[in-house]
Amino acid sequence: MFVTVRLFARLRELAGASELQQELPDEANAKTAWQSLVRTCPALAEYEPLISCAVNEEYARLSTPLKHGDEVAFLPPVSGG
Amino acid sequence: MGNRFEISAEPLEVAVITGMVTTPQCGAVATFVGIVRDHNAGRKVLWIDYEAYAPLARTTFEKIGREAAERWPSAQIAIHHRTGPVAIGEASVVVVAASPHRADAFAACRYAIERVKQIAPVWKHEHFEGGEVWIEGAVANPDDEAARQVAFERACS
Repeated sequence: MFVTVRLFARLRELAGASELQQELPDEANAKTAWQSLVRTCPALAEYEPLISCAVNEEYARLSTPLKHGDEVAFLPPVSGG
Repeated sequence: MGNRFEISAEPLEVAVITGMVTTPQCGAVATFVGIVRDHNAGRKVLWIDYEAYAPLARTTFEKIGREAAERWPSAQIAIHHRTGPVAIGEASVVVVAASPHRADAFAACRYAIERVKQIAPVWKHEHFEGGEVWIEGAVANPDDEAARQVAFERACS
């Protein structure tokens, strides 16, 4: 299946893309998507303990199962205000 | 009457946002305006570029509004954040809480800005003399009850 991965702020810069399509096995969850992303962009690995995740524009756990067409976003620590 | 929870590149108008929450029952309006300052961590700041995951930011602001309403049912809240480049002295965020009495307005306003700092998917890209840096604060986790408790304690201190 394919999912859309969204990246923000420094994650976006490290990956060189704000959005990319990722092919994943059918039983994938958000963590699978992150691990797949890190394989293609090892510089992201340092963020593993710091990321938050959202699936289809809602905060989600890394254990959240994904389905074809989902949008999964990875967020570095936030700094709004 | 606009949306009480918004994020966009438009300049923030405090009076307009205040008008969204003020009713004849309100005797108090507490307003927090976050503005871009000219220094940070020893650096001379030139401007800040704000990036956001806008749809999630809106629903997160709404969630913060619901959290505040649970604790301070009489308070009406608005949260507006800006994206894109924001100059020194300009507002990046406005939180307004209106209520019949001042105690609830102050507390709800403080609570809401603390929660924005904790969980809103917004990032500062600070441009300073000699470079630029992404500011990274809290790991956003809306389900973290300890963080929520910290926001309550700050609101009520």
